[in-house]
Amino acid sequence: MDYFAQQLINGLVLGSIYGLIAIGYTMVYGIVGMINFAHGDVFMIGGFIALITFLILVSLGLTAIPVILLVVLLVSMAITALYGWTIERIAYRPLRHSFRLAPMLSAIGMSFVLTNYSQVAQGARVKPIPPFITGGYTLHESTDGFVIQLSNIQIMVVVTTIVLLALFTWLVSRTRLGRDMRACEQDQTMAALLGVNVDRTISMTFVIGAALAAVAGLMYLLYYGLVDFFMGFVAGIKAFTAAVLGGIGSLPGAMLGGLAIGLIETFWSAYFSVEYKDVAAFSILIVVLIFMPTGLLGRPEVEKV
Amino acid sequence: MIVSSTNTAKPATGIPALLKTAFVNALIALVLFSLMVGIRTEAGSDGQLTYWTRFGEVASLVAAVFGGSIVIGLLRQWIGPNGTDKLVPPAVRSGMSFLGRYLAPVLLIFTVLVPVIFYDQRYILDLAILVLTYVMLGWGLNVVVGLAGLLDLGYVAFYAVGAYSYALLATNFGWSFWVCLPLAGILAAFWGVLLGFPVLRLRGDYLAIVTLAFGEIIRLVIINWQSLTGGPNGVSSIPRPSFFGIPLDNSDNGLAARLGIEYSPTHRIVFLFYLILALALLTNWVTIRLRRLPIGRAWEALREDEVACRALGINTTTTKLTAFATGAMFGGFAGAFFATRQGFISPESFTFQESALVLAIVVLGGMGSQLGVALAALAMIGGFELFRGLETYRMLVFGMAMVLIMIWRPRGLIGHRAPTVYLTKAQAISSDLVKEGHG
Amino acid sequence: MSGDEILGVDRLTMRFGGIVAVQDLSFAAERKKITALIGPNGAGKTTVFNCITGFYKPSGGAIRLTHDDGKVIALERLNDFRIAKQAKVARTFQNIRLFPGMTALENLMVAQHNALMRASGFTFLGLIGAPVYRDAEKHAIDLATDWLKRVNLLDRADDAAGNFSYGDQRRLEIARAMCTEPALLCLDEPAAGLNARESAALSELLLSIRNELGTSILLIEHDMSVVMEISDHIVVMDHGVKIAEGSPREIRDDPKVIAAYLGTDEEEAVAVMESGS
Repeated sequence: MDYFAQQLINGLVLGSIYGLIAIGYTMVYGIVGMINFAHGDVFMIGGFIALITFLILVSLGLTAIPVILLVVLLVSMAITALYGWTIERIAYRPLRHSFRLAPMLSAIGMSFVLTNYSQVAQGARVKPIPPFITGGYTLHESTDGFVIQLSNIQIMVVVTTIVLLALFTWLVSRTRLGRDMRACEQDQTMAALLGVNVDRTISMTFVIGAALAAVAGLMYLLYYGLVDFFMGFVAGIKAFTAAVLGGIGSLPGAMLGGLAIGLIETFWSAYFSVEYKDVAAFSILIVVLIFMPTGLLGRPEVEKV
Repeated sequence: MIVSSTNTAKPATGIPALLKTAFVNALIALVLFSLMVGIRTEAGSDGQLTYWTRFGEVASLVAAVFGGSIVIGLLRQWIGPNGTDKLVPPAVRSGMSFLGRYLAPVLLIFTVLVPVIFYDQRYILDLAILVLTYVMLGWGLNVVVGLAGLLDLGYVAFYAVGAYSYALLATNFGWSFWVCLPLAGILAAFWGVLLGFPVLRLRGDYLAIVTLAFGEIIRLVIINWQSLTGGPNGVSSIPRPSFFGIPLDNSDNGLAARLGIEYSPTHRIVFLFYLILALALLTNWVTIRLRRLPIGRAWEALREDEVACRALGINTTTTKLTAFATGAMFGGFAGAFFATRQGFISPESFTFQESALVLAIVVLGGMGSQLGVALAALAMIGGFELFRGLETYRMLVFGMAMVLIMIWRPRGLIGHRAPTVYLTKAQAISSDLVKEGHG
Repeated sequence: MSGDEILGVDRLTMRFGGIVAVQDLSFAAERKKITALIGPNGAGKTTVFNCITGFYKPSGGAIRLTHDDGKVIALERLNDFRIAKQAKVARTFQNIRLFPGMTALENLMVAQHNALMRASGFTFLGLIGAPVYRDAEKHAIDLATDWLKRVNLLDRADDAAGNFSYGDQRRLEIARAMCTEPALLCLDEPAAGLNARESAALSELLLSIRNELGTSILLIEHDMSVVMEISDHIVVMDHGVKIAEGSPREIRDDPKVIAAYLGTDEEEAVAVMESGS
């Protein structure tokens, strides 16, 4: 039971990170209707920028951890957001009304560019950082000596995710930008006719998605203590799987899917085998889609004849 | 057309505007590159992370973006709003289409002669074999993506199934290549049906992610099922193919000895070349043939409008399945060839990058066009080889090329479809009319 | 209705969530006759069509199809492609669904898929070029050519369907449906978007299909001139229920129909009804 509770905590933390990345996929899909294959690599870039900012701040002699965290968060969100904006501008906007596979391949190409850009710029080796946020709480200690741990970093990941989600939900449902985004999702032509700046709205979608991915990158860095140029691929595929599992286009679905994938992975590793955790996640995706062809929370497609 | 392009925003003209754009772009580049390029991190020997600055590189990158923006801006003004497509005069275009008619046979004859012309150049022969392998993979995937309009992001799984089928059957049971080749194809097709049966009713991007997931599952299982597949170490000493039972080696009963000629390792390369050429041509022949049969027409109809297909009494599930299985079978053949050619296979050869590469070949070729796919494979693999010296920059350049090519020709190189049957005259159908499918 | 019935719809009900689109609808279509289903927008006509042709599974009721040989098929138990394949019900769509990237001839060849599949020995005989298949293909091309002639599109056989004008596309879609050699042809607003001359040609085509080939037709149509001219029997729907049925003459004079059709503005309704006479 204790072991189960511990895995539950670990799974929720991992799922939070996936969920943050998955939101980027789902937002872009909702508005532009394309799979942004480069999004996993945007997450990776976010992690790298966070790492580099850390290094600079620490070497400047800064010691106040909350200040460092805040600066790192802001810098990495800002620069990664600019990456998201630039990617959309260069690789996707020229193909917006083109046929469906062209933007997808452009995105795959962009993903290769970012992966290898990072490899060329920062080298192929894994970049570790020393544990930055330490300590935690012992929730429960059973008689046989098993301890349920809740580390500070875990708390931080979950709290950050919840705060961001609240902020993001507010943004989509209450602000002008959110309304424009929902309008573009329904009908771009009509939205444009009613005075919505479609180009700007789509750009902002990429910017927000990239910023959330940057947060996920930072969380990953803090939680696992390392980044490398290839981490975007696996995390990207997992997060995309999460978005589809939850029902692509649905924001709560993305978060739910992220948590589901995180939990599946953790529990499978804990109770069955670590090697096959990804196989389990992908297999469950396939099984879910067989029975719910539009994911857990996706709107069922009504076929207009 | 020239005057009426009002929907495209009029680009700012004049040198000041140009400079302003270039300046803004340079500024963006500065922010983008500042940390990622300007600060180089590396883990030291003690695991401690160190960094050093590279402001010179950032400066030159930013300068390059500034200069590049100006050059592109000037080019745009010079070409006008219609883009490069209209740059080619009609006379050249008609000349190209004339050339196009003879391109396929000329290309085929040249390909057949490659081992004769380049007999002494091992490197070119190897490269030609590689290109032909991708031509075959492209033609195989073309059945699924180009004809039936089903998006398959995990095609490499079938390539892997074919390769491992041959490798394991040959190393464990000593079966010959010629027995294993059809088996590899059948096994791959079997897996195609097994995956396809439950998932082919999914539409669009759901199908894409499921195929991608399947590709990853196969790869991960290969990595982790060490007792069977050797895991990350792969399978080595896979038997080389024989010339229908006669080995192509230095032994007394080898082909060279029997023919009474001096043995040369090139014999095997030449044999492999013709083997993959024959396999690729078989793929092509079957595909062309199938297109003119009801099943092939149903595939294309499915790509055009699935609802209409159902209203005409076409069983869309089995039609999709046959497309999926046919594509998978060709992938399996190609995989078996790959295994026998390399003599060694490992999961590293079957990553998502391979799927993406083959898909890029199909889309760049112009969905559904056999010649286009062949040209695209030549351009992609050949181009990829050109950058071999660049090492890590190679994939970077490759990715950029993919983006640029898609922007330049979203419909691919060969942008029209040939009808499968005609009464009086076969007219090419413009790609603007051809649909791309939903699945 | 007694007579020689080809299609019997019995208490058909279709619900979408809480909305009842069609309720307890019963009517019959006679063999070798043209039956029209009319009603204001949103009356549920296309829903009835989608139930008959298997795109929707009805929430309740029965749909019987009786073939010439007396075989009765329960359509509500068959789904999608089987209705076209086994029950021989062909249909067209309100917003034309041709294969735009294929030529007119290819469109008509796809329609003969099932017959050609059998002839090609499920592809294997066709792949080796067996004469059986070649004959079948030649026969299929002949049938297609014949239909292209009937709909007056023979000279455009090798053009992409997507390049056709609206009226030509409508006729090609009917030809394609007829190439499946159906027992019942269902047409969803075949005259929509056609001009007067094209409408007249359409009426002629439908009459020739009925008279020369003896194919039964069920159509949804808003163009009263077409409906009144060619229909043998008319069923009027409003808000998912049948409000009247009878011969064109009876329907034209039915005050209930007039009221339902254009609400309170009776004069206009009368004008519309009379435009068909």
